[in-house]
Amino acid sequence: MHHHHTHQAAEGILSQIILGVPFLLVMALYCAAVLLSNRRYKPWPLYRTGLFAAGALCAAAAVAGPLAERAHMDFTAHMMGHLLLGMLAPLLMVLAAPVTLILRTLPVTYARRLSRLLKTKPASLLTDPVFASVLNIGGLWLLYTTDLYQMMHQSLILHVVIHLHVFIAGYLFTASMIYIDPTPHRTSYVYRTVVLVIALAGHGILSKYIYANPPAGTPASQAESGSVLMFYGGDLIDAVIITILCYQWYKAARPRTFAVEG
Amino acid sequence: MVTRDQSNYSARNLWSGFLFGLGLVAFIDETIFHQLLHWHHFYDKSTTDIGLVSDGLFHAFSWLATIGGLFMFADLRRRNGLWLTRWWGGVLTGAGIFQLYDGTIQHKVMGIHQIRYVDNVIVYDIVWNVTALIMIIAGSILLFRTKRKR
Repeated sequence: MHHHHTHQAAEGILSQIILGVPFLLVMALYCAAVLLSNRRYKPWPLYRTGLFAAGALCAAAAVAGPLAERAHMDFTAHMMGHLLLGMLAPLLMVLAAPVTLILRTLPVTYARRLSRLLKTKPASLLTDPVFASVLNIGGLWLLYTTDLYQMMHQSLILHVVIHLHVFIAGYLFTASMIYIDPTPHRTSYVYRTVVLVIALAGHGILSKYIYANPPAGTPASQAESGSVLMFYGGDLIDAVIITILCYQWYKAARPRTFAVEG
Repeated sequence: MVTRDQSNYSARNLWSGFLFGLGLVAFIDETIFHQLLHWHHFYDKSTTDIGLVSDGLFHAFSWLATIGGLFMFADLRRRNGLWLTRWWGGVLTGAGIFQLYDGTIQHKVMGIHQIRYVDNVIVYDIVWNVTALIMIIAGSILLFRTKRKR
């Protein structure tokens, strides 16, 4: 019994390292890229560096440390982690324009190769709103309405893969809705808005579904408070995404009148 | 006096108001009846599946409607096309229609939740839906009176 317990604790620490270190690593890389490229170009805006650091720390806090440890036993803590890892961290990091930073840091030949890669068909699929929404919201439905959630707590590999998926899908979803970085395959505002509303509805419906149908192994009281947190926390972050999308639309739709007076 | 710009953007005034009104009622519902008074329940055991879907779609759409409606309002202002009377007509109509849908279909047919968990809930239902009807009628009058005036 004791042996089993220590084994689990060791796996818990291992998963925290596997998931937490990459986020700290990309944060260091981002800062290094800022310092490097600032020698050749005008200074990279400080607020973008701040946004990226905040995003990386949110993600790291969700997968390592006290919150991640509590998430193993407490569904509400798990949901807090989900909001940080799958919604807030991706939003903050998308706003930090990492692709733009990479492009201006890399030597020209590599930068050109990267931008060619971004223009390919597979890349356009990944940033398509429908594909990214299915990956993001569909993945969550799969996680919470099947045995996957319980299996995740018993397998290190599943735990790591699912958490990476939540972050990556969240990032692609956000990047497919609001364009901060160069996006070769742009979709119309109407298309993005319609998909966004359906995806948000899918998130809200899943929250309430969890309220009534707790994932296997989750006590009803935890499922209820976790569900409410998912619903309103999601609302808050969604409101930011909607506002940015509407603002970009508003700017793009500005009246282009030519001066007639004079 | 109605300017030509206002007249040109007549439909946009209506829709901006309509969306904002719908979103505003959903927002008031969420803050006052769910959060402050705790009259509405987050989830009711009698909620049907279709009720869950309808509630989810309307909730998501109401966020977009509130924010998008306000951006449309700003757009009308920068185009000098804002027609406040017609805009208010849209607000009242949008607010009334959503409140009526919420009070009849969502509360009663789909069983999402009741207005308040008391014995004489019918009184609350009547006040709720009559208020909705009054908003629809007032909004319609404003919209009718601002129809094709130059």
